[in-house]
Amino acid sequence: MNPIEILRVSWEAIGRNKIRSILTMLGIIIGVAAVIIMVAISAGTEATIQENITGLGSNLIFVSSNFSRSGPPGMMMAGSSGGLVFDDAAAIAEEVDGVSAVVVEQTSSQTVKAGKTSLEEISIQGTTSGFPAVRDMKMATGRYFNEKEVDQKTKVAVLGSTLAEELFGAANPIGQVISVGSIKLTVIGVLAEKGTVGEIDYDSRLYTPITVIFEKFIDSPFARIRGDSVRMIYVKVSDTEAIDHIILQIKLLLAKRHETTLNDLDVTITTQQDVITAQGSTTSAFRSLLGWVAGVSLLVGGIGIMNIMLVSVTERTREIGIRQAVGATPSDILLQFLTEALLLSVVGGILGMLVGFGGSWIFSQASAMRTVVSPASILLAFGSAAVVGVFFGFYPASKAAQLEPIEALRYE
Amino acid sequence: MERRAVIETRDLSKVYGAGDTRVAAVDGISIRIERGEFIAVMGPSGSGKSTLMYILGCLATPSSGKYFLDGEDASNMNRRELAFIRSRKIGFIFQSYNLLARTTALRNVTLPLLYNRSLRSEAKTSDTKARRLLELVGLGDRLHHEPHELSGGQQQRVAIARALINDPVMIIADEPTGNLDSHSGEEVMRILQDLHRKEVTIVMVTHNPRIASEATRSIHLSDGRIADIVQNGK
Repeated sequence: MNPIEILRVSWEAIGRNKIRSILTMLGIIIGVAAVIIMVAISAGTEATIQENITGLGSNLIFVSSNFSRSGPPGMMMAGSSGGLVFDDAAAIAEEVDGVSAVVVEQTSSQTVKAGKTSLEEISIQGTTSGFPAVRDMKMATGRYFNEKEVDQKTKVAVLGSTLAEELFGAANPIGQVISVGSIKLTVIGVLAEKGTVGEIDYDSRLYTPITVIFEKFIDSPFARIRGDSVRMIYVKVSDTEAIDHIILQIKLLLAKRHETTLNDLDVTITTQQDVITAQGSTTSAFRSLLGWVAGVSLLVGGIGIMNIMLVSVTERTREIGIRQAVGATPSDILLQFLTEALLLSVVGGILGMLVGFGGSWIFSQASAMRTVVSPASILLAFGSAAVVGVFFGFYPASKAAQLEPIEALRYE
Repeated sequence: MERRAVIETRDLSKVYGAGDTRVAAVDGISIRIERGEFIAVMGPSGSGKSTLMYILGCLATPSSGKYFLDGEDASNMNRRELAFIRSRKIGFIFQSYNLLARTTALRNVTLPLLYNRSLRSEAKTSDTKARRLLELVGLGDRLHHEPHELSGGQQQRVAIARALINDPVMIIADEPTGNLDSHSGEEVMRILQDLHRKEVTIVMVTHNPRIASEATRSIHLSDGRIADIVQNGK
């Protein structure tokens, strides 16, 4: 019997019981769709993470206070200090080898007004002059504030691209005076679009010298004693190979400055590598869970196929007898029923793929999450569906092939 | 004129069970059937005529003895070889027609060609052949009817066309008129007679003496043995 004939006969047999066939395929459809959607989601997440990481700038070490910036620094237990302060950054820049740039950051949330436009709860980010270089940010127009302006607490502002548009529309914001909280700042530049990195939308922020933040927005009662507290210090290293050594030096330095031991250090130091590893391991855990879900549904689908094929063999005993009488060999019959099982699972696989595509699309529309349908997942899902078909189809098919023609012909 | 034997059996036996329950359904049958003969196998139920038919039709193998079909020893064939020989040399007509449901007359007739390795031909030529055979049995206008749209007599005639599609050396008919009214039965017998005139070898199992009388020879079985052979004057 030639393959085309086998396919035709199998297709007709499946078509005869449409509802039953579709219900049988359901397990496979769900399994395959699950594989594709889940892989699409995790691949999408991974792609987003990857972009974020690239967006963070390279060769960075993040030094952050263990206390939230709104918490009262200096109110902690004796012996432990109040977290990072502005002078720590200068100390790191001076005393640690292999550091190419150090930038500090402190944030505040204020209402920003320009003319009649008023925007509430805008993140005001106080930084030092090296910020654009360290974070790979470019200027769209104007310039960033310089070291001198930071030292002199000059009241200038650099706008994120979204914020600039919201405040001024198409008009040129350079030279305009805006009010931020209780003070007035002169706009000297607009940053080029950066996008959302991590969870921070850099384009909707306002950047000002960190000294302005200290003086006007952060209530820091112990500043006179300890220095102004900062949320984060970015350290850019010149040589990635030396990063572990540099981290150790920073830790030792900060432990000394904060009068504590390495174990009780009140700062957290992370690198981009840590971020990548952490997010990578989350995704891979997610993936293996999804793998199990998909595996189980394919298994259940396979059992469904075996079940329905056994029913089909019994129902069609007479037909098998007739085919045998007119010359079908046991292997003809085996191949016939195996093809039917395979066809059920493969058609189920195709439908599952369509459901998977649709599901991924709907998911990406309905939520902010991105989905990436990967060819590998399609191949994997489809391949496992076919394997399931052959594996679970074999027993019913061999049962059919072993029927005695005489018994089969007598079967009512 | 010496004719070539289509069927030759030597001391053919088929035994079921063992020990006390041992039953010889066929018990030492030796017959020789020549090309072009029209044989009726008769006997009461339990006489072994069905078992003999299954062995002659290569649906089963004998427990002992020899069976030569068209010169080929079919006594010890495995299931695959039996399927091959059925495909090449035998056409079946059953009492209950045994057509594939929800399959047109034309497709039922071409069914054996799907499994025939030597006659495997283009769909077009096999369709032409099936059409011709359906016309031969008077169903030229029923090619695309499915069994449930056909009368019993028409279904049996489709089955006859199916039995002929692979140019068999022998047709085995198991009570071909058993389920039919007398008119349809006569029609089927007329077709068998036509085939007989065209030198097709026919072995027909029946318990109806009137039907059996249309054959050239009647073999009467009793308890698995040949009780009598009657030459019907041809």
